[in-house]
Amino acid sequence: MQTMTSILPAAIVLVSFIGSVFIFFTKKNQNLREAWTFITAAINLVLLFKMAKWILAGNTYSFHIAEVLPGLPLFFNVDGFGMLFAFVAGSLWVVTSLYSIGYMRPLKEHAQTRYFACFALAISATMGVAFSGNVLTMYLFYEILSLSTYPLVTHHQDAEARGGGRKYLTFLLTTSIGFALPAMIITYLNTGTLTFSNAGIFTQATDPTLLIVLLLLFIFGFAKSGMMPFHVWLPGAMVAPTPVSALLHAVAVVKVGVFCVLRVLTGVFGIDLLSSTPLSTIVCVIASITVIVSSLIALTQDNLKRRLAFSTVGQLSYIVLGAGIATSFGVVGSMTHIAMHAFGKITLFFCAGAIFVATGKKYISQMVGIGKQMPFTMIAFLIGSMSVIGLPLTGGIISKWYMVLGAMDSGRLWILIIYLISSLLNAAYFFPIVYNAFFCKEEDSQYPNKIKEAPLAALLPPVITAIGTVILFIYPELFLDFAKIAVGVSK
Amino acid sequence: MIEQAPALIVVIPLISALFITIIGLYQPRVSWALTIVTFALSSIFAFICLKHVVTVGPISYMFGNWPAPFGIEYAIDHLNALIVLMISIVAFLVAIFSKHDIAKELGDKIPHFYSLFTLLVTGLLGITLTGDAFNLYVLLEISALTSYALLALSGGRAYIATFNYLIMGTIGACFYLLGVGYLLINTGSLNMADIAVIISNNTYSYTVLAAFLFIMIGMWTKMALFPLHSWLPNAYTYAPTSTSCLLAPLMTKVSVYVMLRMMTSVFNYDYIFNVLQWQSVIVTLAVIAILAGSVLALKQDNLKKMLTYLIVAEIGYMVGGAWLGNANGFTGASYHIIADGFMTLCLFLAIGCIIYKVGDASLSSMKGIFTKMPMTMLGFLIGAFSMIGIPPTCGFFSKWYLISGAYEAASWHFLIALLISSLVNAVLFFRIIEVGYFQALPSEEPNHHHPKIKRDEAPISMLIPLLTTAGLLIGIGLYTADIVTYLIQPFIKNFL
Repeated sequence: MQTMTSILPAAIVLVSFIGSVFIFFTKKNQNLREAWTFITAAINLVLLFKMAKWILAGNTYSFHIAEVLPGLPLFFNVDGFGMLFAFVAGSLWVVTSLYSIGYMRPLKEHAQTRYFACFALAISATMGVAFSGNVLTMYLFYEILSLSTYPLVTHHQDAEARGGGRKYLTFLLTTSIGFALPAMIITYLNTGTLTFSNAGIFTQATDPTLLIVLLLLFIFGFAKSGMMPFHVWLPGAMVAPTPVSALLHAVAVVKVGVFCVLRVLTGVFGIDLLSSTPLSTIVCVIASITVIVSSLIALTQDNLKRRLAFSTVGQLSYIVLGAGIATSFGVVGSMTHIAMHAFGKITLFFCAGAIFVATGKKYISQMVGIGKQMPFTMIAFLIGSMSVIGLPLTGGIISKWYMVLGAMDSGRLWILIIYLISSLLNAAYFFPIVYNAFFCKEEDSQYPNKIKEAPLAALLPPVITAIGTVILFIYPELFLDFAKIAVGVSK
Repeated sequence: MIEQAPALIVVIPLISALFITIIGLYQPRVSWALTIVTFALSSIFAFICLKHVVTVGPISYMFGNWPAPFGIEYAIDHLNALIVLMISIVAFLVAIFSKHDIAKELGDKIPHFYSLFTLLVTGLLGITLTGDAFNLYVLLEISALTSYALLALSGGRAYIATFNYLIMGTIGACFYLLGVGYLLINTGSLNMADIAVIISNNTYSYTVLAAFLFIMIGMWTKMALFPLHSWLPNAYTYAPTSTSCLLAPLMTKVSVYVMLRMMTSVFNYDYIFNVLQWQSVIVTLAVIAILAGSVLALKQDNLKKMLTYLIVAEIGYMVGGAWLGNANGFTGASYHIIADGFMTLCLFLAIGCIIYKVGDASLSSMKGIFTKMPMTMLGFLIGAFSMIGIPPTCGFFSKWYLISGAYEAASWHFLIALLISSLVNAVLFFRIIEVGYFQALPSEEPNHHHPKIKRDEAPISMLIPLLTTAGLLIGIGLYTADIVTYLIQPFIKNFL
């Protein structure tokens, strides 16, 4: 394994940041403004592809930003896991930008410049988190992400948005300052370093009670991962426009949360330490509870976006559960699931938004027979939900497969049962929507038998991501290889 | 010229205060320019001293070539070199800022204001530089007397507020003087370094104890450590904007510096933390200060007053950090003097801009402020983020050291108080941000067509200092490693 010093990771973070400045200063010309989004997104992807080969050979890129504390610099270190996440965020940003235009313009949303500028800023911060080489750098970009997404969550600027935004910041800042910050400092004082390493940075001699406390502080500290009881902000943040929910609450924000948790589990504690101590079981129990409870809550939601939100909470814990098993396969599965779930869930959000743009409907009970009017959207919805449930022909099964393998490796059968129950629950809250959309009785249908889809810019993205989900089933190596490199499993 | 730099830092403003008064009587506008030039020069000389301290070592300057301990010595080491630079930069920025505000608030008293302004800063610079315990008292009184006058300039309610401050300030100074008196009885010397040597060779008598107690209480009164804080909020709230911009970042911080100086250069670690062992009591006092300041700040509707209570809380940070008795806590306290100085300045300047344009600083008058004054709010946001402790602003790094210190000393209550205060700050500032951002429309219904709010930004002479300060907050944050390695650690090494 070699490390090359390179400006590339910093360039990617900077490009989106500069992009947001350009967006801000071209507010007069809508098309030029949106062009910046696509140009920066394209540059990002090109740079990412440039980095991919080196990373896939098992190497890393590093870049020193500044030494802010003596012996504790801000720096980037890109490995397979960071690359995987950057690719997910970078590629879905392009699709979401297209979708944003299709969503925002027909609805004549206000303050679109602020919207697109903050969006680019959020991506910049997400990339920063993905590339971080130590906990401090990660924390810095994590906080920037919280702040830059606040104007997006509260975009509508009405009373409801204010409530959602308040919840959003209260939960995210309280946990990051109250839990993650002290955990980070205490870790540093005990180990003298915060740099991620697959072997973990704690020695075996560390006081087990301290380790448990730190583990809990870290897991709940990165509340973007939506672990119960700190998940409340997530459904609340659904007041945001749908593209925001789609990208931020299926990809960027929540995935940054689980990314941070996974990084801490694998890079700070290390798989070996987790599996040789009760820590692994603690993570599994916390995650399992969230998986089951959130799925049950999702069943009861009638607002489509809220149902998706609770489904997200469950799937995030799924990912944490995979890492909590603390076997190589489990971690590979959970890292890959970040990508698989992102594609599946963003499809679902896009569909929810497309339905809203075309019909103005938000509630599941109002969507009986909608498949007749919007067949493409609903087929995309079907594929997305299959991926989230983990059925064949979609990428979701690949990552679940690895997680199940991991659970069997660790010899904990109860985790298998959790996976099984959760998949059944996922099916229970998704399939009725699709079934009713297509196969309802003629007299129950609330929609005309004539195809009238959302505008192309809102229809195309879910179709693209749905196809992407299927492609990920055929070529899972796209993301799987990165995860394997990161964990050190041979391809 | 260069070897005279320590004296010039103080002498230039002292002399120019005189000229400002005389010239200002004929040409009021010139006094503004003269003040700016004065503090630009002070800043330059302070920077020269800082550079010398870092590259060569501490400076000892004998006034009139009278050798210490008989003459007055200016002793510049790693700690006060930085603080002197901070004071002169703050004075420089506030001087630029004050032009429009003073013309509006104190129309006919412009030269008086600038002359008092310059004298006040002279006092503060002197306090920071001097190595003589009695000379420090004299300079303390110079800065105190001028600050009473400055605070009372706006009249009305400011008279009573200032009178309260005058009583408390005088008591504080008297306590300090008594303490110095006891030291003189015990050691026969007034030079700090000299006293330190004599004390450490003696057994610690009750006289020394009395001296330490009086000096500490005197300084706690001056720095408004809860519950000795009651004078501060009103005095700073009702003062002219520029006065509070100058006093809020500097006065209390300089008192904290004096406390640190006394703890490190006159008394010593062994005496304070092993013989007296008051640390748990003082840290608890600091915890109470932090919590009380935060809670009282939450109750305020006037933003300026809210900020003054935040000062009370921040004082708790520094006192607590210094009394943790370990390197990280002390680093946090010293670093926070600089960080908090600029943070407070940034927020007061931002509020100053708002008051200048909007007329008052109540929460309800913040409606639509983001649209109206975007640049001001940019500065305000960065200041607020620093107060909350969002990296990479400097507020984050002082918290880092203070929390580290609290953890090492196992003072869990201090650690939790720090976290709570950060969260309260988040609530305080996001409450303002929320009002500014959401209540742009008079009615609450979710229609997306806002009435046009015209952009009405503060004048450029107010924006430049504000945005410079905001930039400094991030700059200091990014250079924390250098500040700590080259300035704070060499200082602490001698103390611990």
